[in-house]
Amino acid sequence: MMETLFFYFFGGIALLAAISVVVQRRVFYSALSLILCLCAVAALYLLLQAPFIAAVQVIVYAGAIMVLFLFVIMLLDPFSAAILRDKRKYLGYFAAFLGISALVLLILLLRSYDPGQTPRNFELINGAAASVRYLGQVLFREYLVPFEMTSVLILIAVIGVVVLARRQSS
Amino acid sequence: MDIIHYLILSLLLFFVGAVGFIIKKNVISVFLCLELMLNAVNLTFVAFAKHLNQVQGQIFVFLVMVVAAAEAAVGLALTIVLFRNRNTLNVDDADTMKW
Repeated sequence: MMETLFFYFFGGIALLAAISVVVQRRVFYSALSLILCLCAVAALYLLLQAPFIAAVQVIVYAGAIMVLFLFVIMLLDPFSAAILRDKRKYLGYFAAFLGISALVLLILLLRSYDPGQTPRNFELINGAAASVRYLGQVLFREYLVPFEMTSVLILIAVIGVVVLARRQSS
Repeated sequence: MDIIHYLILSLLLFFVGAVGFIIKKNVISVFLCLELMLNAVNLTFVAFAKHLNQVQGQIFVFLVMVVAAAEAAVGLALTIVLFRNRNTLNVDDADTMKW
């Protein structure tokens, strides 16, 4: 019952944010909506017992990749500089309220955390798919070659980006 | 929670991304819709990994994320080059391969 409720809540957020990505006229707002959508899908990953994928989704996808997007948007789109000069005060108060409530939640969570009570044998509770340790074993044994090939792919991408974005001196 | 709910949600997300990919004119908006479609496919992978009780789907998601990161980096560099040479972000203006 609880799981169904969470699924419809986060699924609804993901769908509305996805529609917002397409509907928004400003690219900056589209990117922010996409971050919301990615975080909602990360919550769905948690429901699907994939905690590692959820963490990677938030840290790498919603964190690193979307920051890269926002960086380029602010570089190229003159509208995004106008956002910084937004004079609407209530948005500032709302942001402060959200930040303080997030801080309070974080403090409460950290105070309630007890290392002695964390489940040691997590894979035995939720089945094999839930275990990060099992995921790592499969990734570094059966799928070692594809994993190494992705590192080569990243290297090629880095070299290509440096070559492309370098300013021609001629 | 049946897998069909996740598949329908993934289908809807992919559909929204595909529609945006077709109707959007701005290069960066097109990239954002592409990320949306990749994300929908990732959700399908994880849903099947849970359904079949196997971990291989999550490994595929991991690899897809790496490819998405590389694609975003190269694509945004191409966008910067396009803006520098043509002074536009409209995909319809990038109609010649070389000039």
